[in-house]
Amino acid sequence: MTSDLVEITVLSLAVSGAATLISLLIGLPIGTWLALRRFRSRYLVLSVVNTGMALPPVVAGLVVALLLWRSGILGGLGLMYTPGAMVIAEVVIAVPVVIGLTAAGLGQLDPRLHLQLQGLGASRWQTVWWLWREARLALLAAIMAAFGSVISEVGAAMMVGGNIAHETRVLTTAIVLETGRGEFGNAIVLGLVLLALAFMINGVLTWAQQRGPKR
Amino acid sequence: MTATPGAGTGTPLVEVRDLEVERGERVILQVEELSVRAGETLAVVGPNGAGKSTLLLALAGLLRPTRGSIIVDGVPLVPGRELAYRRRIGLVFTSPLLLSTSVFGNVAAGLRFRGVGTAETRERVEHWLERLGIAHLRDRPASQLSSGEAQRTSLARALVLDPHLLLLDEPFVSLDSTTRAQLLDDFERLDVGTHSTRVLVTHHLREAIRLGDRLAILLDGRIRQVDTPERVMASPVDADVAALMNIQARVRGRIVASEDGLVVVDTGAGSGRDVEERAQRLLDANRAAPSADRRSS
Repeated sequence: MTSDLVEITVLSLAVSGAATLISLLIGLPIGTWLALRRFRSRYLVLSVVNTGMALPPVVAGLVVALLLWRSGILGGLGLMYTPGAMVIAEVVIAVPVVIGLTAAGLGQLDPRLHLQLQGLGASRWQTVWWLWREARLALLAAIMAAFGSVISEVGAAMMVGGNIAHETRVLTTAIVLETGRGEFGNAIVLGLVLLALAFMINGVLTWAQQRGPKR
Repeated sequence: MTATPGAGTGTPLVEVRDLEVERGERVILQVEELSVRAGETLAVVGPNGAGKSTLLLALAGLLRPTRGSIIVDGVPLVPGRELAYRRRIGLVFTSPLLLSTSVFGNVAAGLRFRGVGTAETRERVEHWLERLGIAHLRDRPASQLSSGEAQRTSLARALVLDPHLLLLDEPFVSLDSTTRAQLLDDFERLDVGTHSTRVLVTHHLREAIRLGDRLAILLDGRIRQVDTPERVMASPVDADVAALMNIQARVRGRIVASEDGLVVVDTGAGSGRDVEERAQRLLDANRAAPSADRRSS
């Protein structure tokens, strides 16, 4: 059980970590763009993103399963029932969270701050970097929310991962399995490990969020 | 309305030509021609909503005009390629808009954007902190400053860049009167020894006259007059400008009659013989039409 527990925990962290990272790479630029640009269909796009934040994980799992199924568009990749498929499904779940919270966080800043930074001679990237820095409380909250939504997610992980021992079994799917078997002791241990992980990661992010000059 | 050329010499550093800025369907700024001469302080005066801040943002290359161009040293600014120009200007807004870092970090920001070395940055920042009397606040977080200290930091942040053109949008308006007076004094003193060109936007007439070499009067999005403060005061181009400048009509002469808000003044311009009779006619007309437009004659 101990070696299994370590394996499951490591896979959980790897899948959630990769999904969070990828969703940041996709979501941060899009959220920033949505916050800073004014265009006609902006509200529509923001509404879609905000709806996506409430996307039920099983729906995300269903969509990804349809895509990765042998006869699906991406079926040729052979990703179904692999950790890769789980990462993809969790990215689908986390990207709207990152976009929505990034756009909201940057939207809170004084709109003239953008102009002031440019007036000080900041390039486009320097401007974005400093705006992120100014909105870092909100951005770190976005990271926490994204990580929280993927590490605790079970529906999509089950559908596209399949909970295969030593291959795609993660903490949440293992808890479902153990509970189904009536092995409540194991389920409780797994649950505590999951909680401890979430606490540690969020602890580090909260520390990063709260340090630095007082606002 | 054409802008009158003002006094003073100097080649134009920045010129505005046929500039038009629209917001929605409405034209909010329309400037046929305006030049900022090297070394001068041009004060843009107008009431709230006249388009002053819009003009300043356009001058800063931060606002893409609907039509027209901003010409810098004879070369029009190319949309999307304003960075080199923006690195030659300094910009101070009404609210200090400080970054959430220390006073030093704020003043150093523009230099860091330009890739200036650490040693030179420290030297230049400390020089300006000293000159603006905020050296003792060097390491204080920007969020813990008073409004006066914050605006000094904002000024230092722009001045440290040694800008060719310093653009100021009502920099003193949010301050209490004591701080404002102090900062105005300091600002005037800083003028000596720096050769930067400035555009100061203000709705405060006294501030404009005190700091401006020339005034540009902006009303309803259009430049009505550009001239030295003395010349604008002495000969405003129209009644709106006169009203903005708070100029009341002055007539030299002898008061012949006065009744119910009407004052009849003999300016000596007429033949002078039937003055009393004409004054009586004016008084009668005034009584007959009490709500009509009353003027002195």
